[in-house]
Amino acid sequence: MIRSEILKELKPLLSDQLVVCNIGLPSQELHMIDDQPTNFYMLGTMGLASSIGLGLALSQKEKVIAIDGDGSVLTNLGTLPTIANNVADNFILLIIDNGSYGSTGDQPTYAGKKTSLTDVAKACGCENVVECRAENTLDVMKKALEGNQMTIIVCKCESGNVKVPVITMDPVVIRDRFMKEVISKNT
Amino acid sequence: MLIEDKIVRDFVKNEISFVTTVPCKQLAGVIEKIEDSKDIYHIPSNKEDEGMGLCAGAYLGGKRPAIIMQNTAIGVTINTLVTLTQFYRMPLPMLISYRGELGEPVACQVEMAVHTKALLNQLNIPTYHFHKEGDVEELDKILQYTFMCNKPVAILTDATFWKGY
Repeated sequence: MIRSEILKELKPLLSDQLVVCNIGLPSQELHMIDDQPTNFYMLGTMGLASSIGLGLALSQKEKVIAIDGDGSVLTNLGTLPTIANNVADNFILLIIDNGSYGSTGDQPTYAGKKTSLTDVAKACGCENVVECRAENTLDVMKKALEGNQMTIIVCKCESGNVKVPVITMDPVVIRDRFMKEVISKNT
Repeated sequence: MLIEDKIVRDFVKNEISFVTTVPCKQLAGVIEKIEDSKDIYHIPSNKEDEGMGLCAGAYLGGKRPAIIMQNTAIGVTINTLVTLTQFYRMPLPMLISYRGELGEPVACQVEMAVHTKALLNQLNIPTYHFHKEGDVEELDKILQYTFMCNKPVAILTDATFWKGY
C-alpha cells in the first residue's frame, strides 16, 4: 500500500477529526480525497506538522491527528523529545513511513535504511509507540482514537505517489475555517 | 520591580499563555520566571523553528503564544517565519536576546548581530530595540500591537538593557 491508499482507507476516521497534515503530496492527497474545514494543510515549512499538532493538542481539548512523514520527522527530529516530555493525551502522531522523500522524487530517507523511527521515538521517551504495517493502519488508528493516551503510530508502507493537483486555497482561508472548527468543537 | 517580572506581567496582561523558549544566558532570568508562572504553559523547544511550529499550533487552538530566543535564531527560522507565521497571518511576539552588541564578550556573536536588523527589515518584521531599562515600558503596547495586526514582531533586548550579560 502507498500513502494515498492509506489516506483513502482512513477517510471515515479522519473526516470529523482535527487533522494537521504535512506539506506537499500528503496534504494534496488528503485535500483531494476528503477536503474538510477540520483539515489544516501545510503549504510550506517542511518538518513542523508534528510541532503544530502538539501545540494545538496542548491548547484545547479535542483530539488532534498530525499526519507526518518519515522524511519530515527526520528534518525536525527534535520534535520527538518535545512530544515525549509534554504529554498531550489528545494527540495522535501518524508517521507514514515509506522510506522516501515522496514529494521531491522518492529519494531514499535514512528511515528506509538503518534508522528506525519507532526506536528513536521510544528512545526519546515517547511511551506509546505503535509500529504497524500499512494494511493495519485503520485498526491501529481506531484504537488510538478510542483510547485516551498520546499515541505515535509509525506506519510502514511502500513509496509511491498518485497525480494530484496543488492546493490553491489561500492559507488564511485554510487557517480561518480551521480555527472556526476548533472553536465550535470546543464549545 | 525586576525587568523579568515586568516582562512576565505584560505577557500575562496580554493573555499570553503558551511560551516556548530556547535558552540564552542573557534571558536565563526571564525564562526562569516563565517556568514559574502559573498562568503560562512553558514548553522548551530544541530549535527555534520547532518552537514556531508549536506556537502556530497553540494559536490555532485559541491560545496566545510567544517565543523567547537569541538573535542567532533569525538565521534558523527565516523559512518558518515566511511560510508559516506570515503566510497564514499568525501573531507571534518574539522576545529576542540581541547578542553581539555593546558589552558582548564573545566575538562570534557579533557576526550575527551585524545581520540581525537587516534580516528583520528584509522580512518586513516590525522590530523594537530595548537598550535602556525604561524601554521595557513599551512592551505592553508592542504585545497589543502584535495581536492586533497578526504578524511576527521582534523585540531585541541587548546587553545594556540587561545590565551586562
